Amino acid sequence: MAQATNRVDVPVSVDQSKCIDGCTLCVDVCPLDSLAIDPETNKAYMHVDECWYCGPCAARCPVDAVTVNIPYLLR
Amino acid sequence: MQIPPLSERREMTCDVLVIGGGTAGTMAALTAAQHDVQVLLLEKANVRHSGALAMGMDGVNNAVIPGKASPEDYVADITTANDGIVNQRTVYQTATRGFAMVQRLERYGVKFEKDEHNEYAVRKVHRSGSYVLPMPEGKDVKKVLYRQLRARNVRARVTIENRVMPVRVLTVDGRAVGAVGFDTRTGEFVTISAGAVILAAGAAGRLGLPASGYLYGTYENPTNAGDGYAMAYHAGAELSGIECFQVNPLIKDYNGPACAYVANPFGGYQVNAEGNRFVDCDYWSGQMMAEVKAELDSARGPIYLKLSHLPDATITEIEGILHTTERPTRGTFHAGRGHDYRERDIEMHISEIGLCSGHSASGVWIDEHAATTVPGLYAAGDMALVPHNYMIGAFVFGEIAGEHASVFARTASRPALPEDQISAAHELIYRPLSNPDGPPQAQVEFKLRRFVNDYMQPPKTERYLSLGLESFERMRGDIARMGATTPHELMRCAEVTFIRDCAEMAARASLARTESRWGLYHQRADLPASDDERWFCHLNLRKDATGAMEMLTRPVAPYIVDVPGFTRPDGIPNEPVGTELAGAWA
Ligand SMILES: Cc1cc2nc3c(=O)[nH]c(=O)nc-3n(C[C@H](O)[C@H](O)[C@H](O)COP(=O)(O)OP(=O)(O)OC[C@H]3O[C@@H](n4cnc5c(N)ncnc54)[C@H](O)[C@@H]3O)c2cc1C
Repeated sequence: MAQATNRVDVPVSVDQSKCIDGCTLCVDVCPLDSLAIDPETNKAYMHVDECWYCGPCAARCPVDAVTVNIPYLLR
Repeated sequence: MQIPPLSERREMTCDVLVIGGGTAGTMAALTAAQHDVQVLLLEKANVRHSGALAMGMDGVNNAVIPGKASPEDYVADITTANDGIVNQRTVYQTATRGFAMVQRLERYGVKFEKDEHNEYAVRKVHRSGSYVLPMPEGKDVKKVLYRQLRARNVRARVTIENRVMPVRVLTVDGRAVGAVGFDTRTGEFVTISAGAVILAAGAAGRLGLPASGYLYGTYENPTNAGDGYAMAYHAGAELSGIECFQVNPLIKDYNGPACAYVANPFGGYQVNAEGNRFVDCDYWSGQMMAEVKAELDSARGPIYLKLSHLPDATITEIEGILHTTERPTRGTFHAGRGHDYRERDIEMHISEIGLCSGHSASGVWIDEHAATTVPGLYAAGDMALVPHNYMIGAFVFGEIAGEHASVFARTASRPALPEDQISAAHELIYRPLSNPDGPPQAQVEFKLRRFVNDYMQPPKTERYLSLGLESFERMRGDIARMGATTPHELMRCAEVTFIRDCAEMAARASLARTESRWGLYHQRADLPASDDERWFCHLNLRKDATGAMEMLTRPVAPYIVDVPGFTRPDGIPNEPVGTELAGAWA
């Protein structure tokens, strides 16, 4: 099958300057398991556009680095 | 990742296996632990923030508090809201055990609203009784439950595995003996041997496609893809009322509750574009949803939750609830559009369809002890048929399931697990890895769920439902070709198979019930009348010996309480409850 990689706007953003190296709290609690740690930077990011905009990731973050936006299609 | 060989697996064992660590599953695990058995709690997410209560809850929708309401009134209310088709013995459990559950939760640290006399401040939303009890600190409910799960005496009994997702319940000679699944992070293959299995995997919330087109923008937590419905079905259990869809009135686009139950006591209410009330009772029922749809489709649409007439301080108080608990991003949504409750009422729409007994009446058939028709298999919460059971019903039936599964498990023999079923599950889980170039899950799922919208949304007709069924059969091919490369994608692919199973059940059940019932939930445009003669009964379905989907009917059990203003069309007399059920209230 022919495939393409499309750009998507993802709802959860992580402020890389605040995110704590080695912390996985947001990754641990996401019901959809949509956050991951980037092995290069050791910081969290949204690895798939799968989101219930529920908010545990932001609520758990000890340094307020995580922002939950409304997914673009609903915004 | 590579497909692991069938023999390479993590083998776990327990007395009571609980699948799903949300509202019902957590209570089931806590209760089983009190009965002194070894419990394994498998959760595909993380029990700390999983399921419908991921961020907490605004209140209890259905608490029968002594002095405020009676179990008999509640059972009658729920019977009326379901056009008479309920097993009252199950609803009676929620009615009589709900108060003890409120007290149990209170002991754990959950706060419920009290008035100045220290009495529970219940509010009236249902047609007659007052059952809605606000939870002022509802955002802490998960934290409180997690603390209980990790208490020292419980920890010794309950093993929690997060990110492990069963896909099938295993049976030997028609009895549940365990489950099979995988770790959604590492891809490891997992089998579990158990004395009894409790399914508590939530609603089938990813059935219809939200109008936004966003796969995960559902009313229900999208982790609940109908896993429990599919697992119960393939284990041979009966499901019931699957044609009685869940449809909810929600904030348009945001697709979360608006939420009239919270706003009502403060003076908020639902209006049409002319500013007039159009429902006489805000309680969510099929009848109310039919009225909502009619209004939306009329020249008086759209509809709104009206708050703009309220004083600023009241609105601030409402915002304090709606924008902090349950779905806290409601505030983000309105702010993003530049909308303020003070100036603008909240536009509402109706949701995509789903299957859920928490809100409607579609689920796995259980008796008043949470037992399914498969020995050793129990079900609780949104996926188990106790109509309009909501949160307190999920807790109550979680407790009942924990109790009864523990007793069953204690004397259950432990046969060798069935290798043929394990091998079939292995194929189901890992097949997408052998087609890495096959269509991706997101596209397959979008197409499948668009067909659900095209053909299944009420009002239903035989022609549309048949086209739906044909589409769902055809989608088996797409699903077989679906491709994945990571454990995470395997999880989503397995969920697509559950969604397809639920779609097929929804189509077949809706075709079989040749009448209209439950307002919008099963409105047949081609058969607009109710046919009490033939259809005052439950419509159940199950997988027959050949693997085909079989439909059967079950009579409505004798009522245990009278329903004012309603006469059973079949004339079967009441059978008042024995002490075993009545005792729960005393
Ligand atoms: C937005 C919203 C608002 C609500 N508001 C109210 C309210 O105000 N008052 C009220 O009384 N009720 C309310 N309800 C209803 C109530 O929350 C539910 O009825 C109740 O929580 C259902 O409990 P449950 O255990 O069945 O499902 P959940 O709590 O959702 O738990 C199901 C769990 O199973 C897990 N799971 C699913 N599939 C698998 C699998 N294959 N393997 C392992 N784990 C799996 C999920 O991750 C989840 O944790 C609301 C529901 C929603 C969605």
